[in-house]
Amino acid sequence: MKVLVPVKRVVDANVKVRVKSDQSDVETANLKMALNPFCEIAVEEAVRLKEAGIATEVVVVTVGNKSAQEQLRTSMALGADRGIQVETDAALEPLSIAKLLKAVQDKEQAGLIILGKQSIDGDNNQTGQMLAALMDAPQATFASEVKVEGDKLTVTREVDGGLQTLSMPLPAVVTADLRLNEPRYAKLPDIMKAKRKPLDVLTVEELGVTLKSHQKVLKVTPPAAREAGVMLDSVEALVEKLKNEAKVI
Amino acid sequence: MTILVIAEHDNASLKPETAKVINAASQIGGDIHLLVAGSDCAAVAEEAKTLSGVAKVLLADNAVYSAHLAQNLSKLVVEVAGDYSHILAPASSQGKDLLPRVAALLDVAQLSDVVEVVDADTFVRPVYAGNAMATVQSLDDKKVMTVRPSAFDAAGNDGAAELVAVGSVHEASTEFVSQALTESERPELGSAGVIISGGRGMGSGENFELLEALADKMGAAVGASRAAVDAGFVPNDLQVGQTGKIVAPELYIAVGISGAIQHLAGMKDSKVIVAINKDPDAPIFQVADYGLTADLFEAVPALTKLI
Repeated sequence: MKVLVPVKRVVDANVKVRVKSDQSDVETANLKMALNPFCEIAVEEAVRLKEAGIATEVVVVTVGNKSAQEQLRTSMALGADRGIQVETDAALEPLSIAKLLKAVQDKEQAGLIILGKQSIDGDNNQTGQMLAALMDAPQATFASEVKVEGDKLTVTREVDGGLQTLSMPLPAVVTADLRLNEPRYAKLPDIMKAKRKPLDVLTVEELGVTLKSHQKVLKVTPPAAREAGVMLDSVEALVEKLKNEAKVI
Repeated sequence: MTILVIAEHDNASLKPETAKVINAASQIGGDIHLLVAGSDCAAVAEEAKTLSGVAKVLLADNAVYSAHLAQNLSKLVVEVAGDYSHILAPASSQGKDLLPRVAALLDVAQLSDVVEVVDADTFVRPVYAGNAMATVQSLDDKKVMTVRPSAFDAAGNDGAAELVAVGSVHEASTEFVSQALTESERPELGSAGVIISGGRGMGSGENFELLEALADKMGAAVGASRAAVDAGFVPNDLQVGQTGKIVAPELYIAVGISGAIQHLAGMKDSKVIVAINKDPDAPIFQVADYGLTADLFEAVPALTKLI
């Protein structure tokens, strides 16, 4: 069984972004970029399925410009077998990404698609679900455990209030939550080996997808700042403030 | 202009998030219809009829919808979607699972986590863990969006909506196997007026009993930072943050939480924030209204005694 893992290049999780002064977007120039943490978990899960003898090949795919090849190489250093970059300079909406991924899946015919549940830049949490809809395939979002037996997939999901377990036939789409696994660190020999793994570049035209803009970002602003609070020196002072000043207890 | 809201419920009662989404829908303007899809959920529909501002409750009551699976529920919503200008659901695990699938089937975009309605086409939503707010105009004729419940007050319940049965039966190839929900006497994080959260500083799962004692005295919910969840102190459904629950209670007490941006993203809209941490340089103090540099193992029991 082939596993397809769509991944995204994002601003590193430890970097605090700032809004541009013209309010057009956040400033991303010269910031440290990384593989989206949820995508890293998705890659790790696919690689573990291969190590367990369930998956035969792990293919990573990304949509973006040439710099996103860096994240494909990172994914291959973690154990993915080959990469596909869908070349575009446009900042695409989740629906457009899902359409491109659907076109890639039509070529690849993977039995299982694992994605991160959301990217930490747009925080949309949409692409996996949209891809599943376009494929008319079952989906298991926010996965914390994935089991494949034959052509049956059983997934435990993190839902509000606890855990839910679903089973479904393959092919299916899974989105990874934080507790699905703890990704490994790539070892130097694996990083070197990843540089020689195959990486194909496809264009939007080759995939036969017509893209359309559905949204317009009018402005991006910093969030309302909280006013500086006060430091108190005792629990008594805290209780007094909560009772008499904030009036919340 | 008519708005369709997808009700969130467990087939027995309506979740409080729904009333908040109704309020968001009222701010957009127009008639509001509420879809209750589930199994043996007539009681939910009766409850839904009383929500202020709802003109019609659409009930799709069939065993195939009992587990609220996105795979077939999305087809039901698309079937019902007809002439609606907007389709809204809470940004809960269920809403986030379902609505992107609905949007893709309708070939429209989806807006996630809307926190403010500017006008019928324009909405504000957080990006980058709430470090920036994007004002987004939808160019689609149907606007599909999840609404962050903590950003809106709940609609009242003096309504008297008409009840209509809708929808056909859509089968899913997905099977519901089991569910393990955390049983708790305490309020849910999403609707609690007071939340007491613990972080890595709690040291162990047993030490959360300190917070639980305080929570029980205050009628509060207990939450946790991702660090506390990752350390295995408490289950993930208690997590407050960018990838956990987003909350905005009247009072949020952060205990032994340093204040990573991912945690702040989940709670910084709380009305009053209290931070108790022994590290005076912890970033949590930058968003706290009241900060106390103290050993939590002394401060929390003292607080429990005084409140």
